[in-house]
Amino acid sequence: MNSDRIIGTSVPRKEGRDKVTGRSQYVDDMVLPSMLFGATVRSRIPRGRIKKITFGPGISWDEFVIVSSKDIPGKNCIALIGDDQPCLASEIVNHPEEPILLLAHPNRHVLPKAVEAVSIEYDPLPAIFTIGESESRSEIIWGEDNVFKTYLIEKGEVDGVWEKADYIVEGEYTTGAQEQLYIENNGMIATFQADQGITVWGSLQCPYYIHKALMALCNLPAEKVRVVQMETGGAFGGKEEYPSTIAAHAVLLAIQSGKPVKIVYDRMEDMVATTKRHPSRTRHRTAVSKDGKILGGEIDFTIDGGAYATLSSVVLSRGAIHAGGPYYWPNIRIRAKAVATNAPPHGAFRGFGAPQSLFAMERHMDRIAHTVGLSPVEIRRRNFLQFGEATTTEQVIREPIDLGKLLDRALEVSDYHAKKKRFSNENNKSGTRKGIGIATFLHGAGFTGSGERYLSSVVGVEGCADGSVRVLVSSTEFGQGTKTVLSQIAAEALGLPYEWVGLAQADTLEVPNSGPTVASRTVMVVGKLVQSAALGIRQTLISSNLLNEAHTAEEFRAACRLYVSEHGQFRSWSRYEAPPDIFWDDQKCRGEAYAAFAWAAYIAEVTVDLTTYGVTVDDFVALQEVGRVLHPLLARGQIIGGVAQGIGFSLYEKVVWQNGRMQNGQMTNYIMPTSTDLPPIRVFFEELGNVYGAYGAKGIGELPMDGPAPAILNAVEDALGVPFDFIPLLPEDIMDRIAASPAMNGAGSTGGG
Amino acid sequence: MSESREERGKVDISFTVNGERKTVHAQAMERLLDVLRRHLELTGAKEGCGEGECGSCSVLMDGILVNSCLVPVLQAQGANIVTIEGLATEETLHVVQEAFLEYGGAQCGICTPGMILAAVHLLDKKRQPTREEISEGLSGNLCRCTGYSQIVEAVAEAARRRTMA
Repeated sequence: MNSDRIIGTSVPRKEGRDKVTGRSQYVDDMVLPSMLFGATVRSRIPRGRIKKITFGPGISWDEFVIVSSKDIPGKNCIALIGDDQPCLASEIVNHPEEPILLLAHPNRHVLPKAVEAVSIEYDPLPAIFTIGESESRSEIIWGEDNVFKTYLIEKGEVDGVWEKADYIVEGEYTTGAQEQLYIENNGMIATFQADQGITVWGSLQCPYYIHKALMALCNLPAEKVRVVQMETGGAFGGKEEYPSTIAAHAVLLAIQSGKPVKIVYDRMEDMVATTKRHPSRTRHRTAVSKDGKILGGEIDFTIDGGAYATLSSVVLSRGAIHAGGPYYWPNIRIRAKAVATNAPPHGAFRGFGAPQSLFAMERHMDRIAHTVGLSPVEIRRRNFLQFGEATTTEQVIREPIDLGKLLDRALEVSDYHAKKKRFSNENNKSGTRKGIGIATFLHGAGFTGSGERYLSSVVGVEGCADGSVRVLVSSTEFGQGTKTVLSQIAAEALGLPYEWVGLAQADTLEVPNSGPTVASRTVMVVGKLVQSAALGIRQTLISSNLLNEAHTAEEFRAACRLYVSEHGQFRSWSRYEAPPDIFWDDQKCRGEAYAAFAWAAYIAEVTVDLTTYGVTVDDFVALQEVGRVLHPLLARGQIIGGVAQGIGFSLYEKVVWQNGRMQNGQMTNYIMPTSTDLPPIRVFFEELGNVYGAYGAKGIGELPMDGPAPAILNAVEDALGVPFDFIPLLPEDIMDRIAASPAMNGAGSTGGG
Repeated sequence: MSESREERGKVDISFTVNGERKTVHAQAMERLLDVLRRHLELTGAKEGCGEGECGSCSVLMDGILVNSCLVPVLQAQGANIVTIEGLATEETLHVVQEAFLEYGGAQCGICTPGMILAAVHLLDKKRQPTREEISEGLSGNLCRCTGYSQIVEAVAEAARRRTMA
């Protein structure tokens, strides 16, 4: 029996009223007195040596503040995992749109012309743009071999499996770059005062990432750098690492000018210059028995990291660890590699490598099914990880998960079997083809491996003078509901009404480092710390004899007021401690990769129009086990939103590259789904219970990004009988294939195009 | 930055915003969006793309939903404009705002002002729209967070409540 009052209910979003009335303050809504506007002069070539910079005629250059790499007080880098990415290029540029100079002026309208008037002469160097070119090492553009990072995951004895195999199934799968396309473009405001140091306000996910980057850039101690998050209009990973660069630029201009400086990107600058999802290529070679059991296999997972290392190593490890999907592999070898190309660095985007490798795995499962002659349902059922079995990293599944049951439920609510039968009967009778596809998958919550131990997050809960409670975290709200759910957790732990609990603004002057708001970790990891810090408050009041074990909310309030009036500031802290039985080897990628996995079975139903070759998703079932659902409305919103982005990833969103630069950096030519493009997305939660996270919650945010692409492409194959192994899959791709396919030729009203 | 260059081409333009008569001194071709945000400090309308694609700058002009990033302010002379700030009174939310809160129609909030105005516009034209008509009516407003379902549900609920009222 659970007696929770607030957990599991859909309380009102904390900042909801401000959002629906337009009162929320985003960074571009903020104006400071005598503020300047900043702009960035960027490389127009993919790779070369800067020869000469000329400030062209027709511009009153003396009105401008101008900053180059020479003006950087500390180290010229954007400190992250490594520090290979310069803040401003000084001699060499390694990708189009690489920042070289910064300009600021009181009138924002004069900036574009000024940026245009700066001409830069280069000695161009040969550039590389694809994974294949990078691997060929025809040009070395990074390190000794163009390789940012490799991982090797090994389990069992793969070399011995091939001779025992009844089938050896091979496939190659690729995914394209994807733009996060938050509707609020990136932006920052910076101020500098010699005595106080620097302050930045901005649209961002990770205040302490920026804090660290600015300390290195400006050679300042921690207390002289302050980072404040404004209301943030969408992020999805796109505001994880790139905001450090914009903050750095605004700060340099603010130091140079002595005035506040605002940099807000317009849509095209945001799209062409900032990070995207890593393009990927995955090769599978799998040994399978005649009854459809996976005996072993090799997976080669490669991602394109762009020109600098940034987060590629961690995107790679998550992608590699998820590459085997939710299946039992007695023997496996996963080789993973992140390589350099002369494109802007690719970065964090919801799912963080897993959507790429899981697309491959789930397409490959259908290929195995066809080869063996089993249904997509049956092949999965025979290979699901079971309780007590070990993943590819030798993590033993200790959750009472039954993936077969999860899949059965998804089949039932999607009416899978009846539809499958109906489609195959009706498919030859019209100018459309219908199909239905499955994806089953998992997503690890929290940082990978020892990541959480290194982060060592700290959370505070404060009892205030009026008896209300404030949660102190650097975890940020950008639509997911951070403020709401963390308040629920604290309110539940203290027995208080939800309305009495709130979050402090994510301001590094006020809040401790509870880690970045990424990796589906906020509710599970940070939430658990909030719960324990809240209990610390309660415990203090009890041991001070101000409160009884059993107490009402009013009694708590009175006790809290009294405590603050007697002792002053009243705060309780909680720091992350890894569970004692956790083992992880960073070098070998072996051990407990994640504290918990979320599990899912998604089913997509599609129609392919043989006249237009357009694919429409008609119905989508998203069924998952994410532990306890703390806020049903927000959780459902996360799933639907993630599925919508997954549908975009599959069928709409294509980045067109030319010489390392995105050519379609506008919302008019980079197409994301509108309200008329999406099917009903039907969301189901199975709660099997998990003991790890706050009140039994696991991570949820990234999971829904993983399943749509393979489910949809599996459905397209079901409809057409033609496999497609790349995304995005656009109508022209289908037309090309069908026109070339004798079996399908003449099937459509256009006679096969 | 000379005074004359700033002043050149500026005109006085008058219109009504959220029931109040306003006169602004602005460049004739300045975008209505910038005039609202910078001259009148009505920052509820947001710039998402600056080319009329995303709808986050939507406002109502003489009862028509417009992308304020595409409207030169001169065109607003004499117009009656409603922005998100004009929808709720001090304490009472508009029925669409209420429904957005209850049904999860707002996540990050950046598309929300434009989306709500698009919904108000839709319900002004059609009292009981179907789900398809709602999707169609909101298809000029992009949202990256929600996948639209909870927005469509909120608008359907607002329509229901308005008919009951």
